[in-house]
Amino acid sequence: MKSLVQATVAIIVVCALLFFVADRLESAGSAGSKDTITVYNWGEYIDPELIDQFTEETGIKVIYETFDSNEAMMTKVEQGGSAYDIAVPSEYMVEMMKEKNLLLPIDHSKLPNLQNIDPYFLDLAFDPGNEFTIPYFWGTVGIVYNPSLVADHLDFTSWEDLWDPSLKDKVFLVDGAREVIGMGLNSLGESLNAKDDALLRQATDKLITLSPNIKAIIGDEITPLMINDEATVALTWSGQAADMMWENEELDFAVPEEGSNLWFDSFVIPKTAANIDGAHAFINFMLDAEVSAQNNDYVGYSTPNAAAMELMDPEVIEDERFYPDEELRDNLEVYENLGLQWIGKYNEYFLEFKMSIR
Amino acid sequence: MFSKASKGSLFPYYIWIALFVIAPIVLIVYYSMLDLNGNFTLANYTAFFSSVYLKMTLTSFWYAFLITFFTLLIAYPTAFLLTKTKHKHLWLMLIIIPSWINLLLKTYAFIGIFGLYGPINAFLEVFGLEEQQILFTDFSFIFVSVYIFIPFMIIPIFNSLDKLNPTLVYAARDLGASSFTTFRRVIFPLTIDGVKSGIQVTFIPALSLFMITRLIAGNQVITLGTAIEQQFLVSQNWGMGSTIAVFLIIIMVIIMLLTGQKKGGRA
Repeated sequence: MKSLVQATVAIIVVCALLFFVADRLESAGSAGSKDTITVYNWGEYIDPELIDQFTEETGIKVIYETFDSNEAMMTKVEQGGSAYDIAVPSEYMVEMMKEKNLLLPIDHSKLPNLQNIDPYFLDLAFDPGNEFTIPYFWGTVGIVYNPSLVADHLDFTSWEDLWDPSLKDKVFLVDGAREVIGMGLNSLGESLNAKDDALLRQATDKLITLSPNIKAIIGDEITPLMINDEATVALTWSGQAADMMWENEELDFAVPEEGSNLWFDSFVIPKTAANIDGAHAFINFMLDAEVSAQNNDYVGYSTPNAAAMELMDPEVIEDERFYPDEELRDNLEVYENLGLQWIGKYNEYFLEFKMSIR
Repeated sequence: MFSKASKGSLFPYYIWIALFVIAPIVLIVYYSMLDLNGNFTLANYTAFFSSVYLKMTLTSFWYAFLITFFTLLIAYPTAFLLTKTKHKHLWLMLIIIPSWINLLLKTYAFIGIFGLYGPINAFLEVFGLEEQQILFTDFSFIFVSVYIFIPFMIIPIFNSLDKLNPTLVYAARDLGASSFTTFRRVIFPLTIDGVKSGIQVTFIPALSLFMITRLIAGNQVITLGTAIEQQFLVSQNWGMGSTIAVFLIIIMVIIMLLTGQKKGGRA
């Protein structure tokens, strides 16, 4: 009994000590500036130097947190535990958050740098008049592959190339229902926003015939595997492909001609915001041509910032794999918010497909 | 200290159990009967009996069984040998220490170890064997899971072996039992409780493993745990997620009953 009491006391003392230290650290951290904003962004989605630069220029301290899925982000914003001043959802999630009244309107008069954005990316269907969103990055979904490790006749200009028998046990897919089922629908020449059970059934059956070629369905772990030549073909987002190609020059990226996804990530100010002026200052800062150019260089996704593109390496912005012209873009589709009922169905079909790959 | 615990002093424990044991279970059952629009329905239960979820339950079971089997196969002899060593508690400590390292960290390490250019393949090459794709196979999944569960299986078995009265073993040998018979008729039956609690702490979590299924098995293995995670975070279908959780709870209760009941009968 005595030793039990001793152990309990020891644990309580250690906890109290840690709590005290944590408390001191926190107050020391925020003592310099009462002005802070909390940015909630995807992982690896900003040049960290720019956060320091922002603090230097404005005196606003940035608390930076990351998420790995739109859904996880929304759940946290909805529960309102933390005071996020900025979040970066994709377009279908913007629609969902709008429906749930989770967004605050953005004051364009506080964003002089908004003029840097290419008008093509403004006033899009998911947010008419950019009432709630300011574009951050955009991109596509396509196939990254290693030409030296696949048969010569494969260039992935068609989704059908994934079904090639020479790719047995070689294909990696991203772990996302919309991406994978969308690819199945695209390969049938259908819309990736299909709301039709028969079509989804058909797309899933088609995907199931791809099973022998599939090695794994994973997330961000695909990046190191492609870089180290451990994987040869992967379905992924354009920016992730750009990251891989930066490290491994042999890799190539293609967006199949039957169509694919075009997506937009945007800054929003969620209703949890505590420092709305600070949030505007941050968005305006990120829209600055030089800042944006530096950020694009780091992140590797495609920028909607026309002024920044003028400052970037022409080789990068002329690369049609990452900056498809408007004609190519017409082949691509933006995800629509299908509603929970259909999202659920997409996930059920995706689960069925995943169950079939072994 | 509380030898004559009155009902009053047990009050905090009742509160605790009501809040953190009963309330969550009731909530899970309640949510399992809601559809996406929040209406009462039993549709989630009928959906569970579709081929996809039944197949998933069976594969979860099969993998959990394999993991438990191999864990036991390694853990029992290890625990047995440990009790024979001189500094047995030191050795036990050394085996337990790796379980202090974060699970995800260990899992990520295996991605490197099993990689095409990782140490295992480098080792195979020394013997002139070709590079093997080890990652994203059944083997890698079971290997990593077994590795993770071994310490949890060893502890209860070690404790029951440690408590075994050695004179019983001597008596068996004096009466002419071979060492195998001694093990089968004396040692194993007397340590069966340790084995049972080892099986419980391995089998039940193995049913609901989820990060390893993606990182090491590349989603080639889908367990009930993975499905729950997907339902809550991606589909936002709390009803279906809760339904799977209800079945997981039922399965666990059955396992607890099965591994608990036989206790009296044999010994």
